[in-house]
Amino acid sequence: MTAITVIGCGPAAHRLVQRLHHHGHRGPVTVLGAEPEPAYNRALLVSALDGTLRARDLALAPFPPGVRVRTGTRAVAVDRRRRLVRGDDGTEHPYDVLVLATGSRAVLPRLTGAGGRFVPDVRVPRTLAGARPVGEGPVVVAGGGLRGVETAYALGRAGHHVTLVHPGAHPMHRLLDERAGALLTAALRDAGVALETGRRVTGVEPGRAVLDDGRSPAAGTLLLCTGARPDTALARAAGLAVRHGVVVDDRLRTSAPDVYALGDCAEHPGCQATLASAWEQADALARTLTGGDGRLRPARHVVRPRLSGLDVAVLGPPGALRRPDGGEQVVLSDPARGRYGRLVLHDGRVHAGVLVRLPRAVATVGQLYAADRPLPADRLALLLGTGGEYAESAELPDTAVVCQCNNVTKKALEQAWHSGARDLPAIAAATRATTGCGSCAALVRQVCGALAPA
Amino acid sequence: MSADRTEGATAGRTRGAATTVSTHCAYCALQCGTRLHHDGRAVEVEPSPDFPVNRGRLCQKGWTAPALLTVPDRLRTPLVRRPDGRLAPAGWDEALDLVASRLTRLREEHGPDAVAVFGGGGLTNEKAYALGKFARVALGTSQIDYNGRFCMSSAAAAGNAAFGVDRGLPFPVTDLAEAEVVLLAGANPAETMPPLMRHLARPRLVVVDPRRTRTAEQAALHLQPAPGTDLALALGLLHLAVTEGHLDKEYLDTRTTGFDAAWQYAVAWWPERVEQVTGVPVADQREAVRMLAEAGRRYVLTGRGVEQHSKGTDTTAAFINLALALGLPGRTGSGYGCLTGQGNGQGGREHGQKADQLPGYRMITDPEARAHVAAVWGVDPDSLPGPGRSAYRLLDALGTPDGPRALLLMGSNPVVSAPHAAHVGRRLAALDLLVVADLVPSETTELADVVLPVAQWAEEEGTMTNLEGRVLRRRALLAPPEGVRTDLEVLHGLAVRMGQPAERFPVSPRAVFDELRRASSGGRADYAGITYERLDAGEALHWPCPDENHPGTPRLFLDRFAHADGRARFAPVEYRDPAETPDAGFPLHATTGRVLAQYQSGAQTRRVPELMDAAPEAHVEIHPDTAARYGLSEGDLARITSARGSTIARVRLVRTLRTDTVFLPFHFPDAGRANLLTGPALDPVSGMPEFKVSAVRVEPWQERAT
Repeated sequence: MTAITVIGCGPAAHRLVQRLHHHGHRGPVTVLGAEPEPAYNRALLVSALDGTLRARDLALAPFPPGVRVRTGTRAVAVDRRRRLVRGDDGTEHPYDVLVLATGSRAVLPRLTGAGGRFVPDVRVPRTLAGARPVGEGPVVVAGGGLRGVETAYALGRAGHHVTLVHPGAHPMHRLLDERAGALLTAALRDAGVALETGRRVTGVEPGRAVLDDGRSPAAGTLLLCTGARPDTALARAAGLAVRHGVVVDDRLRTSAPDVYALGDCAEHPGCQATLASAWEQADALARTLTGGDGRLRPARHVVRPRLSGLDVAVLGPPGALRRPDGGEQVVLSDPARGRYGRLVLHDGRVHAGVLVRLPRAVATVGQLYAADRPLPADRLALLLGTGGEYAESAELPDTAVVCQCNNVTKKALEQAWHSGARDLPAIAAATRATTGCGSCAALVRQVCGALAPA
Repeated sequence: MSADRTEGATAGRTRGAATTVSTHCAYCALQCGTRLHHDGRAVEVEPSPDFPVNRGRLCQKGWTAPALLTVPDRLRTPLVRRPDGRLAPAGWDEALDLVASRLTRLREEHGPDAVAVFGGGGLTNEKAYALGKFARVALGTSQIDYNGRFCMSSAAAAGNAAFGVDRGLPFPVTDLAEAEVVLLAGANPAETMPPLMRHLARPRLVVVDPRRTRTAEQAALHLQPAPGTDLALALGLLHLAVTEGHLDKEYLDTRTTGFDAAWQYAVAWWPERVEQVTGVPVADQREAVRMLAEAGRRYVLTGRGVEQHSKGTDTTAAFINLALALGLPGRTGSGYGCLTGQGNGQGGREHGQKADQLPGYRMITDPEARAHVAAVWGVDPDSLPGPGRSAYRLLDALGTPDGPRALLLMGSNPVVSAPHAAHVGRRLAALDLLVVADLVPSETTELADVVLPVAQWAEEEGTMTNLEGRVLRRRALLAPPEGVRTDLEVLHGLAVRMGQPAERFPVSPRAVFDELRRASSGGRADYAGITYERLDAGEALHWPCPDENHPGTPRLFLDRFAHADGRARFAPVEYRDPAETPDAGFPLHATTGRVLAQYQSGAQTRRVPELMDAAPEAHVEIHPDTAARYGLSEGDLARITSARGSTIARVRLVRTLRTDTVFLPFHFPDAGRANLLTGPALDPVSGMPEFKVSAVRVEPWQERAT
């Protein structure tokens, strides 16, 4: 039986091990996690930070029976010749198949004054430890990418005094175009977040964060959301091919035999470093390792920030909004209500787009995009979420069925009326209209009312 | 307008002086109260003004039900397939002798499991009970199941796991009228059981359905998930109930177990993720949870829409989890329930037609249950077979080397109603012997070697158990036509011919019911205290009713759930995709369902002229944009094709449909069978087939000139 060792205990590793079990793998499985906690849901760390959920609420379902999980053990070396992994606690873990799921590593700014007395509580909210609820006092969030925006917005709404410091012209500037960025800026302000755009955090001093223009907003807590890059140290040391991440092919194979990589640490041309991609890769790899067809067919995913009460979606490859490439463009802009939608279509299908405060379109277009289906003909109705409403015609045709339960047409009602059935019970006795669910009573009255002499 | 008055063919069939009886409708699980009147020439129906479920109301099927009593092609004599391959009339003795001798021989040559039995959720309690007993005692076979497997099995499995007992509605339907909010998941009662809607007029409705049904049109909020994704939606609603602070912690602590394990899956279903999987906007998810959480009296109800999937049990369990998290079940004025479909869909699943059950909702693997039932039947417990195959697996095994070689079928038409229908037809045709008892010719009787004409609604006495677990008396207005026997008489005739003592298979429904009472006594569905006398005196009796002084149990769980520790159980369930998702070759979802004017396989309703006027032929609902893309217009014939086969249906453009989905009703025969498309994927727990999702393509179809 093949012994599988997985380095990393994040969502990709967790999903992989669950799916291995699902597909019938019963050989030994070992999971090495550097963090002390069992696997938990990283996507929800913001909810732990703002106090919506407790840390224990984030725990993922237990691993299948028989899986050896060593939390608090960081893998420090891979011995490919002897096929074993060494942990920082001196343990050795043999493998037949090795899976790297080491995730990503935060990119942190060099901060002046760090380590001094009374300086803010500086944290990277990418782990359970970094995402413990923030205390009293103002919060500065450094970095206004997706994670920084979610963090600042949630804390602002939870009543914290929050400053978001972002080097770009507007938050999430790599993903959003200018109009969407302006709407997001306004929404953050409404949530109580002060914005410092075009700025970076360069240091800390007692009770404050220091910006690159010398100003220093008050800070009890400084949260660093300044990006991440694939954690490839172990792979590099083991001599695997690494570019930005560990290079993998469509079967998640690295350059070394029997060594695979997936999730944020891996680099596959069709995938972005998202949770959805990591899960998809785990599903594919589990199939491969159990003898099935594990070729990865990356699906298209929508970037859907978790901003309570503010629906934002970004579709398409990064940067596609800036270079629409001549496709058909559909734009809806309603600044007074903060609504904005822009879709770039190729061949009637979504190539790229951004949607703000168009909740129905976010849901519908997201699905059409993911499945690469053609959009409905009425693009405006689609964006406004009003597609499919029937236009109420003023005059019902004779053949219109008024009572669905008993298939009674308007004509039949009129005949009954002319035969002397002048009130609801008489109409019901003559035609059975209203005797099913009863919901047509008002319409029946209306039809008969129109026949009564004025 | 006079099909509620059927003249002619019923003259001379009244029983004694009785020309008016109080009974219940021929069709669905509402079992609307009706009064049937015969004036010597014709039968009239009127809804009972005082039966609380319908209180003076009926749908078109109910109003036109008397037409069933005079259908021109009523089976009136047994038919036996002759050497020339044709079904020809035969006498009862000839037919029963033939069936009994061939069943006996097959059993002797190949063992008792070579003969199988297939029942139906429309059979009375007495028939369902007698059929199960006939299979286990007279045939000794484990191979019995019924079409309710295609109907209620997922809800039953989830309900039993959560509450320790499965009664569709553990409260009277009239309680719903007092509610403030009702969430209907995969149920379309405005079309499938219209009189129920009077109880849903006051509450604000949250309707979960991929289609904008007539029920959805009446909803305060309509959630329109992609077919096959309701489980993700239910997980997401539980997630929101927790993150928005609506968890009823005291209820969780005192009345439930297992929340933490269920949460470990729901935690990963945050609303934005649910939205991208289901297509239900985050704002609508939040609104649904808010509406439910903030109402004082609220219910969660499920229907076939969420249950008829290869993950139907888990989906139903996920909606139960939501109800438990909000503290609804077992609380006055709130609760969870499932809307049972077939006329006796509740009673039919309690008394031994199911492959794994004995009467009283006992499990056939439980030694105590076997001992109790064997004692009532006067047989050795060890002589009772073990559990058999569930319905689709049973049909799939027919005529195979390891499968049954003969099948006795009562009250079902699987050639139309089973999934992968063409395959099921081939399996039935591969049998050595197919015996079908029915009142009219059906697509299944056409394949039979022996057809036995049996009595129907309004020609027989018995009991039905409606969707509330209330036991009702079905009464005979007429004698069956000349040449027609009751199902109980058929079973008696066969059993005696196969060497059973005559008294072991009584033909009187009352005698059978009295035995059923003893057999169910002490079981989960305990009918011991329910008698024809009490029912005839007008008592409203919901099971369990353990003795004759017991008032019955209209509301279950108010003090405790039926598990030994009294607690309800959360189910740890995770989402999975349907067995089939659209791809380049089959780019659309097809989902199947019902229309108001037809019932089940249509064997009855397709013989009622007024109903055929309303819904004459197979149709396919499709969004206008999708239709245009595939070259289809309103009224065209379309060919819809899945990996199993094709069906032909008339195009109906529906603007409110999702553009990725088409809908087909399954009531129609021959080339219009929607179940030619559906697949063999089954729920691993309940055996429920995946009726609600297939991947298909659509194209124009030209009628061939003949």
